[in-house]
Amino acid sequence: MRSIRWLAVIPFLALVVGPFFVNRTTPIILDLPFLLAWIVAWILITSAIMALIYATDPANRGDEP
Amino acid sequence: MNGALVFIAAAALLALLLGFLASRGKDMNLEQWTVGGRGFGAVFVFLLLAGEIYTTFTFLGGSGYAYGKGAPAYYILCYGTLAYVLSYFMLPPIWRYARDNRLYSQSDFFVRKYDSQALGVLVALVDILALIPYLVLQFKGLGIIVEIAGYGAISSTAAIWSGAVIVAAYVMVSGVHGSAWTSVAKDTLILGVVVFLGIYLPYHYYGGLGAMFTAIERAKPGFTVLPAHGESLWWFSSTVLLTALGFYMWPHTFASIYTARGAKVIRKNAIVLPIYQLILLFVFFVGFAASLQVPGLTGSNIDLALFKLSAKTFDPWFVGLIGATGVLTALVPGSMILMTAATLIANNLYRTVNPSADDRQVALLAKLLVPMVALVAVFFTLKGGDTIVALLLMGYSFVTQLFPSLVLSLARRNFATREGAAAGIIAGVATVAIVSLSGANLHALKWLPSEVQDLNIGIVALAVNFAVLIVVSLATRQVAQPSSVAAQ
Repeated sequence: MRSIRWLAVIPFLALVVGPFFVNRTTPIILDLPFLLAWIVAWILITSAIMALIYATDPANRGDEP
Repeated sequence: MNGALVFIAAAALLALLLGFLASRGKDMNLEQWTVGGRGFGAVFVFLLLAGEIYTTFTFLGGSGYAYGKGAPAYYILCYGTLAYVLSYFMLPPIWRYARDNRLYSQSDFFVRKYDSQALGVLVALVDILALIPYLVLQFKGLGIIVEIAGYGAISSTAAIWSGAVIVAAYVMVSGVHGSAWTSVAKDTLILGVVVFLGIYLPYHYYGGLGAMFTAIERAKPGFTVLPAHGESLWWFSSTVLLTALGFYMWPHTFASIYTARGAKVIRKNAIVLPIYQLILLFVFFVGFAASLQVPGLTGSNIDLALFKLSAKTFDPWFVGLIGATGVLTALVPGSMILMTAATLIANNLYRTVNPSADDRQVALLAKLLVPMVALVAVFFTLKGGDTIVALLLMGYSFVTQLFPSLVLSLARRNFATREGAAAGIIAGVATVAIVSLSGANLHALKWLPSEVQDLNIGIVALAVNFAVLIVVSLATRQVAQPSSVAAQ
């Protein structure tokens, strides 16, 4: 399951490379200009990705706090 | 005394009280004072690691940037998120190594990993060079906040002096425990205040968020996207990358990792912190709302946008409450910076000169250094000038130069030698310093493509750093190998 860790690369692609493709105002999504909506969406997805990595990481199974 | 001042004074007193109470029942030796006895649970570690997000820079600067520049402000949202992703993988090994070797500072980490006192001194100097402007920035923000939110009743000079005295006093007594307890008050207040402002102001002035962005697009086309030149896409990407890598290289943030009780706490934070910092979005909404309502602020005055709009909208007592929040956003990071700088001087500079000093003497010296560091910062704050933002960005570029040698040292077999690490750091810091101090930047080099001109100089310096590190490490490695064979 260690390969799931590689999902962590995706937020970097989305937030460092992604803006080059979505630097626009429209369409407005949930009242936000498109670029801002893109960033906000990826922050939420990042959190979900980290939760997935956490859940599958054997390092978190032990009793250590 | 007006209604606003009551809240501001209450915030200052609350910080002082919490700061003092935090030390109760603890023997304030060096380990307790500087890394909380390595016993902090999820909440405190969360707040200390999140402390970086809500400083005066983000409170005033985040809204100010959205007000003055629009979309480039988004970078603040991005770099934190990416830094938290990195933190999941990078911080647990750092924490474990620090616990096993009883480290107190970031400089200690380099001393031990590279087995070199000299490298530790170099790192401590880079750290202090970056920390002082960061502290100056907090004090300057504090002065602005108290002067405006108090409707001029207290001068910014008086506010800066009082703030410095308060923070120095509770840091001396409680160390990192004081920072942790006051950050509880800070984050509670800022959550409430910022979310309220970010929702209320767009509705009050525009009838809604969508209506606000439509109005902004009509008045200032292209304000909510990145411009073609200057703070362009290239600037954005390089700045996000630089600041994401540099995030945990700040010595006070780095040392706050040491306070954790376990590694799981740190990994769990990587899930929650991206969402938590989304509250910055509301800070941006305030800045965007202000951009059409209180136009005309330029230069460094864009930082006043949040308070100008608040003073226009609310009764003095509520402006006072916002001011009180602002005061805490200056005092809490200020306290961590003060403590870290004092620890670095006592533990990594003084102890190198006088190796026989024991922990008790170092702790005493660190506490005595707190008011002196505060005094130096107050001096620079009052001497002022508007070069502070430039200095902060320089600070970020400085601390990020520690990233390559730090990350390489986490590998099982470290490729970098101590000479390589030192040469890389020096080359990187020198690149930043020369470019920043000479006022030159890549825009002066007209023959470069505009994409390259817009790059953040810290990224360029990081590339220089890495190249030098590789070359010098290869060179010193070859010299070292024959002798180690001979020794066998």
